[in-house]
Amino acid sequence: MERIPILRMGSVLLVTIQVDMQDQTAMALQEDLADKIAKTGANGVLIDISALEIVDSFVGRMLASISGIARILSATTVVVGMQPAVAITLVELGLSLEGVRTALNVERGVQLLQRARRETAVGR
Amino acid sequence: MDAETSGTLPVASEQNIVATRQLVRMLCQQLKFSLVDQTKMITAASELSRNTLVHGGGGRMRWEFLEQNGKRGLQLHFEDEGPGIKDMSLALTDGWTSGGGMGLGLPGSKRLVHDFVVDSEPGRGTRVSITRWK
Repeated sequence: MERIPILRMGSVLLVTIQVDMQDQTAMALQEDLADKIAKTGANGVLIDISALEIVDSFVGRMLASISGIARILSATTVVVGMQPAVAITLVELGLSLEGVRTALNVERGVQLLQRARRETAVGR
Repeated sequence: MDAETSGTLPVASEQNIVATRQLVRMLCQQLKFSLVDQTKMITAASELSRNTLVHGGGGRMRWEFLEQNGKRGLQLHFEDEGPGIKDMSLALTDGWTSGGGMGLGLPGSKRLVHDFVVDSEPGRGTRVSITRWK
């Protein structure tokens, strides 16, 4: 089974999904990310899905649960780079990815994370 | 160019689900489907082949090219000999799930294609046929 690499850039973890994932690979990513957040104390997770040609309900659920797990571990997740055709299909399928933050590209995703960090700092 | 107009692929493992997606992508490209049409058909195939594997205990995907009134289309049949669907209207309801999933497989894929037919009887397996026209 393939495993998807998780890169660390300061306090942010970056995941680029470039393969047509098997279900097991998606499940493993969820666990690997949870581990990595706990180990590194990262407060942001960026998931780049620009290379994904489809997102079905399984992968959609995986993205939602990663966001949920990360939130409980006190990290914000942003899914970036979704292709327009994928967005159209997801909505028609009935998946709105509620609770999942999204951004058009990595750059905007990073900005979103920085803003989220500032807001947390102010709230403290 | 490949002259084949129909074929069958096993759906018995997770790798097979990936293979069905790749085959459906290739078939859609042969028919010159737009990117959105292609994405919808591949997504529906992914949902339904997972149903075949998880709920039907494995089966197969048959595919065929159709031609009607000068229009070309792709038809996919997902077949298993599993337990079948007890309550069809429930299975076609958004959000209803027999366990684990989100309950989007059947009703969601139905929205992604032009024609959608389910044939199932308890104890006799399930066949879901979908068609998308260019």
